[in-house]
Amino acid sequence: MASLTIQSLKKNFGSVPVLKGIDLEVKTGEFVVLVGPSGCGKSTLLAIIAGLESVTEGQVKIDTRVVNTVPPKDRDIAMVFQSYALYPTMTVRGNMMFGMESRGVPKPAREKAVARVAELLQIESLLDRKPSQLSGGQRQRVAMGRALVRDPALFLFDEPLSNLDAKLRVEMRTEIKKLYQRLGKTTIYVTHDQVEAMTLASRIAVMHQGLVQQFAEPRTVYDRPANMFVASFMGSPSMNFLPAQINASGSPTVVLAEGNGEPNRLPLPKGVANADSDHRPVVFGIRPENLTRYDRRQAEDIPYLGTIEAPVEVVEPTGAETMVVVRIAGREVIARFEPNAAPAVGEKVKLAVDMTKACLFDPETEMLI
Amino acid sequence: MAEATTYDPLGAVGTWSRRRAKFIIYTLVTLFALIYVLPLFVVVTNSFRDLRDISLNGLIALPHSFSLDYWSQAWDKFCVGGTCEGIKPFFFNSVSMVVPATIISTAIGSINGYILSKWRFPGSEILFGLMTLGVFMPGQMVLLPWARVLGLLGIINTTSGLVLIHCVQGLSFTTLFCRNYYVNIPDDLIKAARIDGAGFWRIFRKLILPLSPPILIVTVIWQFTNIWNEFLFAVIFSSGTHQPITAALIALSAGGTAVHNYNIESAAVLIAALPPLLIYLFGGRYFLRGLTQGAIK
Repeated sequence: MASLTIQSLKKNFGSVPVLKGIDLEVKTGEFVVLVGPSGCGKSTLLAIIAGLESVTEGQVKIDTRVVNTVPPKDRDIAMVFQSYALYPTMTVRGNMMFGMESRGVPKPAREKAVARVAELLQIESLLDRKPSQLSGGQRQRVAMGRALVRDPALFLFDEPLSNLDAKLRVEMRTEIKKLYQRLGKTTIYVTHDQVEAMTLASRIAVMHQGLVQQFAEPRTVYDRPANMFVASFMGSPSMNFLPAQINASGSPTVVLAEGNGEPNRLPLPKGVANADSDHRPVVFGIRPENLTRYDRRQAEDIPYLGTIEAPVEVVEPTGAETMVVVRIAGREVIARFEPNAAPAVGEKVKLAVDMTKACLFDPETEMLI
Repeated sequence: MAEATTYDPLGAVGTWSRRRAKFIIYTLVTLFALIYVLPLFVVVTNSFRDLRDISLNGLIALPHSFSLDYWSQAWDKFCVGGTCEGIKPFFFNSVSMVVPATIISTAIGSINGYILSKWRFPGSEILFGLMTLGVFMPGQMVLLPWARVLGLLGIINTTSGLVLIHCVQGLSFTTLFCRNYYVNIPDDLIKAARIDGAGFWRIFRKLILPLSPPILIVTVIWQFTNIWNEFLFAVIFSSGTHQPITAALIALSAGGTAVHNYNIESAAVLIAALPPLLIYLFGGRYFLRGLTQGAIK
């Protein structure tokens, strides 16, 4: 078990900067998910942690040891690849033993380790098969087994579930979480799937354009996204953004830019606005689930509740919930309804806005205010 | 690796025109096959005919006589270039040249390919490009440089000299074959093995080599056939008892006697052609498979 520290890490491919100064501190036993759109540098960062890519500038430390130039095999890590990377000519047993053979672990110890992990992952019956004789889910298990058998200080996962079909992916996700809860190993997990990030992580590092945009607990990343990129990347459907202005006189409100009708005024919770921020232009962000049909009884429970009337344009039932596209201030906005409270297309619906969950962003810097 | 289903261009037409088309196709194919096989037929029959039969009925004629004697004469009795041991010694000259040259050039090509595909370094692509240029280099261009090199090393007119030439000349091909094959092996495998603590050679032995048989068979067949059949270097850089069989065949037909022993010459030619033929017969299946096979799952 180990901690991982990354300090002002930079990486260029030729003249192209891929990582532009990454700082991360992963505590012992944490499950950190690196999430971001493709090309954000998350896989490169993982490859650098693994020692498969060199460092252009900065430091990577495992515990207190700087490992910048330490070869992968001496970093005491194990990695699960998106493609599984199982050795095709070896049996499952051979795959799991390969690492220990390379390190000269004596045979009885190897057998014991394989038996232990095979039992843990329930792959005992597959030990003598070749990877080509396994299904996708089985290969995934074996790939994890190969990593687990080494009992390393650090686990690295590179989009391990991307090649599985949707149902299996959810199953394996739960399984990875169970494994982590059982073993408590320090883990770095790369994914582009924000649901995976939310469900698995102790902390999430959201990456974009070679920088960590936010590094925090899943709840914080979701409720208080550091900037508009994080806000729109995490959550599906993503957060709605509307141009607005703060009005600090009297009880403070945020005024949405006019569409075709009256400007909408929404009450701001205490402490958000002060005299300095009067008339300040902002981007008003609200998640679909905080924008739903107005209900007088529920309304009393919510301290800061705004209401907006808006025409319904599209209704998308998904089963558990119904997504409704409405038009507010000239823009399409997605709201979430209970299926039995879903409106009809063309209806003008009164929406309740939970202002305690609303986020305000600076339109210039796109940072959370 | 699923077998591709055969495409039937006639799948959409009626039975009758289908039959007619098939008839035409097979007639043409048979005709061309006959044309190609005819020279071989002539050589094979002549190797069993006696000289009188050949001179009376002509070189291209159905046999009127039969004897296996000419094969055994060609093998170890007939006089070639002053010695009367048939083509046997030259046959073994060729064997002792082809076997090491094929093994060495394939082995080095495999390692080259491994490095150029999985352990790239700055300039490795350029290096690979330069190496493949060798594929297009005609042998005539390098005759003089080779003469100089062999002279400096003192191995002119030796089997080792020819082995060296064929190893170097063949490297472009073997490297190209192996590199293009290994490029399709996923890099993740190498990364996983590196994390697993395997080094350059262990990855080569345990991962790359077990995946290599298809391409190694292709390379071996290619090298064996080319080196066995090679004539230019053989005839220029060897003489007398050191000649490989291709060079010796010329010496045989240009022998001292004015009479052409067509039957013995035919038998000698056939003996000389046997090894590559056998290699193809046994390895041909793998040859095609290796050439067409791309990805490794």
